[in-house]
Amino acid sequence: MERMKKHILSVAGNLLAILTSLIVMIPMIVVVLTSFKSSGEANNMSLTLPKKWMFENYAIVIEQGKLISSFLNGLIYATFSVLIIILVVSAAAFVISRNFKGINKFIYYFIIAGIAMPINNVALMKVMQALHLVNQRYGIILLYAAINIPLSLFLCYGFISTIPREIDEAAVIDGCTPTRLFTRIILPLLKPIISTLFVLNFMAVWNDFTMPLYYLNNSKKWPMTLAVYNFFGAFENSWNLVSADIVLTLLPVLLIFILGQKYIVGGVSAGAVKG
Amino acid sequence: MNRKKLYPWYFTIGALVIFLLLCFLPGLIGILYSFTDWNNFTSEVNFVGLKNYKEVFAGNSEYTKYIVNTIVFTVVTTIMKTVAGLALALLLTQKFIKFKTFHRMVIFSPQVMSYLVVGLVFKSMLHPTTGFVNNFLRSIGLGSLARNWLTDLKLVFPTVMAVDTWKGMGYIMVVIIAGVLSISPDYYEAASIDGASFWQKFRSITLPLLKPIIVNVTVLNVTYGLRVFDMIYSLTNGGPGNATGVINTAVYKEFSKGNFAMGTTLSSILFLFVLCLLYFIIKSMENKEVDL
Repeated sequence: MERMKKHILSVAGNLLAILTSLIVMIPMIVVVLTSFKSSGEANNMSLTLPKKWMFENYAIVIEQGKLISSFLNGLIYATFSVLIIILVVSAAAFVISRNFKGINKFIYYFIIAGIAMPINNVALMKVMQALHLVNQRYGIILLYAAINIPLSLFLCYGFISTIPREIDEAAVIDGCTPTRLFTRIILPLLKPIISTLFVLNFMAVWNDFTMPLYYLNNSKKWPMTLAVYNFFGAFENSWNLVSADIVLTLLPVLLIFILGQKYIVGGVSAGAVKG
Repeated sequence: MNRKKLYPWYFTIGALVIFLLLCFLPGLIGILYSFTDWNNFTSEVNFVGLKNYKEVFAGNSEYTKYIVNTIVFTVVTTIMKTVAGLALALLLTQKFIKFKTFHRMVIFSPQVMSYLVVGLVFKSMLHPTTGFVNNFLRSIGLGSLARNWLTDLKLVFPTVMAVDTWKGMGYIMVVIIAGVLSISPDYYEAASIDGASFWQKFRSITLPLLKPIIVNVTVLNVTYGLRVFDMIYSLTNGGPGNATGVINTAVYKEFSKGNFAMGTTLSSILFLFVLCLLYFIIKSMENKEVDL
């Protein structure tokens, strides 16, 4: 009897797990299948294989949706803002965690409060205008750096606190200047956290679409997300093309997710990670 | 050794300046401008006192609806994600489940997708005539359950919150799994010897030991829910009417109408509200028990 009960429980548990996974996967599978269908077939979304595989859908989307330029834009924004974040955050986290008192302590809490605080996008427009950052590629890059600094600092600070201070002392006795100590000794030790920051911030920037919506009104400078949204508005009834567009937008992040899984889960477990 | 010399203050300047200019300053300026009639039609900006705030909180304005919606969205999605995440974490740490890692990865995967893409995917899935959900219901003979998911006034908000849970629960699950795995199996063994049932173990061991993590994910979900924008913008754009409008979609609406003062007032209300919670938020972040 007891064994029977256990058996039923294990079957039910496995079924529940499979069902949940299906609920998560089915929308994505439907989108991938639809992206290869003809427009007539796509009008009735279902879990069936396309009668004829229309690979040309992708060619149409890439051309009509101006995807190559928006792909490059997204890549530029993500890469450069992540590099800025890594540079300024690792330097700040190093000094703050080594000397956590007075002004440094204040700076730390001041910045990490930004993890929770909402951005006032209307007033930000005013500031961006004053700094001549609106509608500029470097403007959006700096903005992405700014909004992702708080969480990155929090994660990086936590990591540097685990590196023993004796290392610094030994380096200084050997005649290291602070800059040399940081670039030659500390930075190489930060590889794991830098990888985490790279993956998390790259995905956050790639996936964002609020900032270009507010601050980029030139379609030549749009990243993938905004290009897709615009494409959706123009081709709302061609689900096959919209689906192909969605798949192309997803591919880069899914690739990074699969390659950088270790770092994502590492960052997630470290506590607060949310875009 | 001189710490001030070894760890020079100017190392913090890059992060500080960028954050100060583009995150903190707009928040501050925004509050100042919320007392004016700043708009896109005249270059003149006049002080109007509390007029904007009065307009927001006066009786049955559309703005109170946005604030109520934001709170409902935050409370409901926080509860749904925490319950779903906790249940899935407990399920996917049981010995008898096969392919645990695969399930965890699949359920986590929506987290890496853009909110915009999730919104568009579900917009197509939930389309009343051509969408997958209604087609599927019809094909299994449950056509009577087919609904206008995103246009029916009664259904649209629950639908949006369900989609948000679909995206967010995997993340919460992964965080809680890390917590569950850090609980020493000795506790459960001892409890089993004493003849404790599954529920007794859950209530007396798992839940109390997971408390810090549950507080942590609750804080995350609350701060996310209060600031939600992308998901709602891409799914319904606040509609139909303003049935799903929240503070941040309203801010964008006022912004594109050129009504900057109202946009910044709504944003400032959110800002001040989160500021009141900030102490608890930072406390809970620092009490985290899971390590990298």
